[in-house]
Amino acid sequence: MARPAIELRGITKTFGRIVANQNVDLSVNYGEILSILGENGSGKTTLMNMISGIYFPDAGQILINGKEAVIRSPKDAFSYGIGMIHQHFKLVDVFSAAENIVLGHEEKRFNKKTIAAEVKEICDRYGFEVDPDKKIYEMSVSEKQTVEIIKVLYRGADILILDEPTAVLTPQETDKLFAVLRRMRDAGKAVIIITHKLHEVLSLSDRVTVLRKGRYIGTVKTAETDETALTEMMVGKKVSLNIERNDPKGSEKRLEVKDLSCFDREGAQILRDIGFTVNGGEILGIAGIAGSGQRELLEAIAGLQKYQQGEILYYDPRTGETESLKDKTPLQIRELGVRLSFVPEDRLGMGLVGNMDIVDNMMLRSYRGGKSAFLDRKKPKNLADEIIEELEVSTPGVHTQVRKLSGGNVQKVLVGREIAAAPTVFMAAYPVRGLDINSSYMIYNLLNRQKESGVAVIFVGEDLDVLIELCDRILVIGSGQITGLVDARHTTKEEIGLLMTRSVVSPAPSTPATVSEKEGDPQ
Amino acid sequence: MSDTTALKKSETREPLFHIAKRADIVWWKAWLIRLAALAASLIVCAALARALGGIAPLAFFRSMISGAFGTKRRIWKLFYELAILLSISLAVTPAFKMRFWNIGAEGQALIGGLATAACMYYFGGKIPTPLLFVVMIAASILAGMIWAVIPAVFKAFWNTNETLFTLMMNYVAIQLVTFMINFWVTSGSGTLPPMSEYALPTIGSNAWILNIIVIAVLTVAVYIYLRFSKHGYELSVVGESENTALYVGINVKKVIIRTMLLSGALCGVTGLLLVGGTDHTISASTVGGRGFTAIMVSWLGRFNPIFMVLTSFLLAFLGAGANQISNDYKMNGSISDIITAVILFFVIGCEFFIQYRIVLCKNGKEGK
Repeated sequence: MARPAIELRGITKTFGRIVANQNVDLSVNYGEILSILGENGSGKTTLMNMISGIYFPDAGQILINGKEAVIRSPKDAFSYGIGMIHQHFKLVDVFSAAENIVLGHEEKRFNKKTIAAEVKEICDRYGFEVDPDKKIYEMSVSEKQTVEIIKVLYRGADILILDEPTAVLTPQETDKLFAVLRRMRDAGKAVIIITHKLHEVLSLSDRVTVLRKGRYIGTVKTAETDETALTEMMVGKKVSLNIERNDPKGSEKRLEVKDLSCFDREGAQILRDIGFTVNGGEILGIAGIAGSGQRELLEAIAGLQKYQQGEILYYDPRTGETESLKDKTPLQIRELGVRLSFVPEDRLGMGLVGNMDIVDNMMLRSYRGGKSAFLDRKKPKNLADEIIEELEVSTPGVHTQVRKLSGGNVQKVLVGREIAAAPTVFMAAYPVRGLDINSSYMIYNLLNRQKESGVAVIFVGEDLDVLIELCDRILVIGSGQITGLVDARHTTKEEIGLLMTRSVVSPAPSTPATVSEKEGDPQ
Repeated sequence: MSDTTALKKSETREPLFHIAKRADIVWWKAWLIRLAALAASLIVCAALARALGGIAPLAFFRSMISGAFGTKRRIWKLFYELAILLSISLAVTPAFKMRFWNIGAEGQALIGGLATAACMYYFGGKIPTPLLFVVMIAASILAGMIWAVIPAVFKAFWNTNETLFTLMMNYVAIQLVTFMINFWVTSGSGTLPPMSEYALPTIGSNAWILNIIVIAVLTVAVYIYLRFSKHGYELSVVGESENTALYVGINVKKVIIRTMLLSGALCGVTGLLLVGGTDHTISASTVGGRGFTAIMVSWLGRFNPIFMVLTSFLLAFLGAGANQISNDYKMNGSISDIITAVILFFVIGCEFFIQYRIVLCKNGKEGK
């Protein structure tokens, strides 16, 4: 039964000095789900891109159905029956699902009826739900993903590769996807899924191949392993997976958002009647499907996003005064004495300047100081040295361009600079995205230390397990509205997942901050 | 890896080569590649000259070098050309660092020159000469600034496309110069006679030295401005990422306008030096396309004023050398354009080999 679909032998790929893959072996059989597990930057995606024809390996062999194959383009990959579902969907927004599915498939003429029938047949076989006439721009992320998968199946792929398919899904959607993938396996397809989430690996796959820093570490049967063993393979040493959480210190109000509504340029509403408070000494988590308004909310607080209604109030812990931050620029907010630090989602596009060195990035916030027309690079240099030492940033030196650092080190530089500003409010959007386990835990610790020193911390996260372990309260946002506020000590992933997809049909109450302060476990 | 015997090395085609990104290359290797490219381009040029005009390779190079360094005058002229080109390149560089594609340096310099000429024409002899110089300097700088700040304001407030806008401003400037010449010159010759009595003072033996000195000082000043001043820092941040600039509270509109004022002012100074320093008159071709060549100088020099001295030198040398060849061999001007183009093609093209390397696939070695 175990007929190998793909076999890789000694695959090596380098980009300049960076070794993305070194001597990687791997095999997957038909009727099997293989997980490729590894931290960000361990070379999972590069490896899969070589199978799907985007990169060409520097050395090594690819065998498909036991025969050596040369895959030079995605087209070659298709002819070998390989289909890849990328992390970023490649669909035409104004086309319908059916049109996207047949796009680029030259042999057949576009006949709506036969296509609809074929699509329906694929859907029925694997349990997809999709409306072939629906336009892509009307679809949710999970529907778009479904279209991508059907597209690949429609072209007759027998080997499917999915790159981090669950990153954008709610827990419920993830379960659905996994059911579909299992059905594909049972129908004899070979499925490869790239992930760094351990529980997914354990619940879905038959075997796991672990990569670390581009190297092949090993392949194990899922039934014979557990989380700790896999983490050890992934990281190379034992790691404790517990995040500490102390009780919040004090409960004086620090920041209050009142009935905030904002519209984008086209007049579409991005945020609707958002209201909540954050106290000093607590971590407030914000959960929600990506793009539900989290970014706009944080940017509104930071003075970067204009809002039409509502107000944001800051309670100064030193003077006891209340300041309104409405219609203020980031500079004016700082001049008010509001010490607000912000680690934005887009680190190199907003928080830092990729082409500048660490020293120049250190002074982004502080270069204005002093009357001189010239820059003082001495203090930033000292700060850079301090951060490099304290946060264990691995870099050739302080004058290395930030974009040349790895994701984790970029984030340490940014977080370090923001903490050095001695904030009273600290906001972080997806601060551990793309970071390895050790760096992630360092960031969690830094957030905890901020909380202990009385800072009001707002943490926008995507991993619900982490949010539940780290935060004190969790605010759930769905399509720009607050759909729930839960006590992180007494909630479950499922509860948050449901809140994430719940749409508030009736106009939101005027004081949404007090929605369901849940206790107990509904499951 | 037990069943290597099942390996079939059959119908599969292998690509002949593929391209891989290089690691950070050591500086001397990069320069070696650049020198090799320059050498290769010269060989191709010599071959071309032989094929097209029957010029012997050695004579070709001799002619080129003599065009640039043949006489004392030619050497001065070379450095003067270098300086003027560098001066306009310095002007566009702050804008380019801010990712504001100012391709209107031609017009900004020309309008600076026009302002100088107007001062000489109207005030020459009527006010004391030192005062005239002050007026000329102020007028040329102001004119350049106005020409540059108009597209900047539109960009800052309404986000118009600065490339088109600055380009169009060039044509307005050229037409304006033509108009003014016709307005001033009634004799029908269509050229404005030199007003040498009101020219800027000369230093030493020729009119070029003043320009060279002024531009040398400007080069250092622009380098310091970009590298060490807060303004220079702000404009780099705006150029790298507008979002970052907003995030740290930089007033992007202000920086765009301020930087273009500087860019225009420097162009105005070039116009002053061209008209007041050397030509003493003006025509629509006074700037002579240097406003466009400067774009290349700035890019090739990676927006670093010190490197730009080298790239200006290369271009000035090519211009002088290629001209000499077309003179010596009575060929039309196209040959000098061809030579310049071939050399630039190699010099710019070699950057690809500094970034990437080509890996040949060796048959049969793949499985190792």
